[in-house]
Amino acid sequence: MFNSTSLICKHGSAASAISLTAILALLTFPTVARAQTGSSNNSGGNKDQATPSAPVLLDGWGTPVTNALKPGEKPGPAPRHDISGTWEPARGPGDGIQAFGPRDMPSDGAPGHEPPYSALGLETYHSHKPLEGEERVLESLSNDPRNKCDPLGFPRADFYQVRHTQIMQDDHKVVILYEFEKRWRVIWIDGRELPKEIPEPRYYGYSVGKWVDDTTLLVDTIGTMPSEKVWLDEAGRPASDAILVEERFHRLDRNNMELTVTIDDPKMYAKPWVAMNKFPMRLQTPDYDVVEMMCIPSEEEQYYKDYGDPASGVDSKQSK
Amino acid sequence: MKPKFLMICALAGSLIVSVPLFAHHGNAAFDVGKRVTVKGTVTDWVWANPHCWLKFDVKDDKGNVAHWVAETNNAPDMIERGWSKNTFKPGDEVTVTVEPVKSGNPVGRVVAVVLPNGQNLGMSYLRK
Repeated sequence: MFNSTSLICKHGSAASAISLTAILALLTFPTVARAQTGSSNNSGGNKDQATPSAPVLLDGWGTPVTNALKPGEKPGPAPRHDISGTWEPARGPGDGIQAFGPRDMPSDGAPGHEPPYSALGLETYHSHKPLEGEERVLESLSNDPRNKCDPLGFPRADFYQVRHTQIMQDDHKVVILYEFEKRWRVIWIDGRELPKEIPEPRYYGYSVGKWVDDTTLLVDTIGTMPSEKVWLDEAGRPASDAILVEERFHRLDRNNMELTVTIDDPKMYAKPWVAMNKFPMRLQTPDYDVVEMMCIPSEEEQYYKDYGDPASGVDSKQSK
Repeated sequence: MKPKFLMICALAGSLIVSVPLFAHHGNAAFDVGKRVTVKGTVTDWVWANPHCWLKFDVKDDKGNVAHWVAETNNAPDMIERGWSKNTFKPGDEVTVTVEPVKSGNPVGRVVAVVLPNGQNLGMSYLRK
């Protein structure tokens, strides 16, 4: 342990103390963080150090990130039957996280955002204890399978933590490499049909795709896991093993693509519904190295011991 | 009460409207919108899954030490914000603004920090 210094401010004591000086201080509070390389070796308490260099965003390889388009450059036309490349949410890194559920149907209580649950769907939804959305519970009381580092599965991979997404393809298949958890799935585009009988349920199901025009790949996926294994989203909406997920990858031009996802799950929902509508993705440079991101049980355990349980005021090992 | 004290407390209160939701491990335990700013000494900076967390000690006027723990976000997200595994080391004196838990325990989510060299780190992405 190390010596600490003084307590500055206790809970909630700020409201009556706001001053013009403080507001000015707020206005000048930097919204952009430091450079990765600028202040990584600060020594404690030394206030005479030089100001760190300007912020630089680095990729997983430690290389400064550049835009795929040069300033003033316009995207070229979309290549035919090709969605390969490294894609990222076009509206910024936070756009694909979707903590409250699918971006266009978040669990926020707003009119129109409630999926058309069946009776079983609603019952299953209420049995889930998610960390986010209308049914959220305390950190250590959640029964979300992913809390134990179980795979997100599909279609949740489309509705939570959409980050840098590497897509590779040949004449037979399209392979999607997800940044979150370093998972991948194969979409067969060789003309085969979906299996008549599912050999065995898979976390990422069985997918086939076909080009409906030069720049649109329509993908159907079935054969996913039952609802106790995979949730639809972070808010605890259910997905059953009877689900048919339709993904529409539409490449607008060389640098931009939209993803639309429709859920058809007769066990959990009374009718099909669009969970994600034209979610925009932009092309990253081909040399971009994706940061490693995995769920690691030993780190998860330490997280709950150090932080999750004190935050919730409970013991997660006893409550689950 | 010292002017610096007032200013920092006011700054903490003002931050209520300026920080986006960033954590994805639930809001239920937190006093959402509330801000607390403390100055302390780093004891550990855990760069890990699912979220990174900062441990630091805060001593009050009577010499009592509170062992704080505050989470940030996951490592890739923190990289997008300009943080790194080397942002802190034990012994660093830092000022930390957190969104605290409702229970009153010294636990919260990091909203912003001031490093020993005076640099501010926040939760805004470097690139939109």
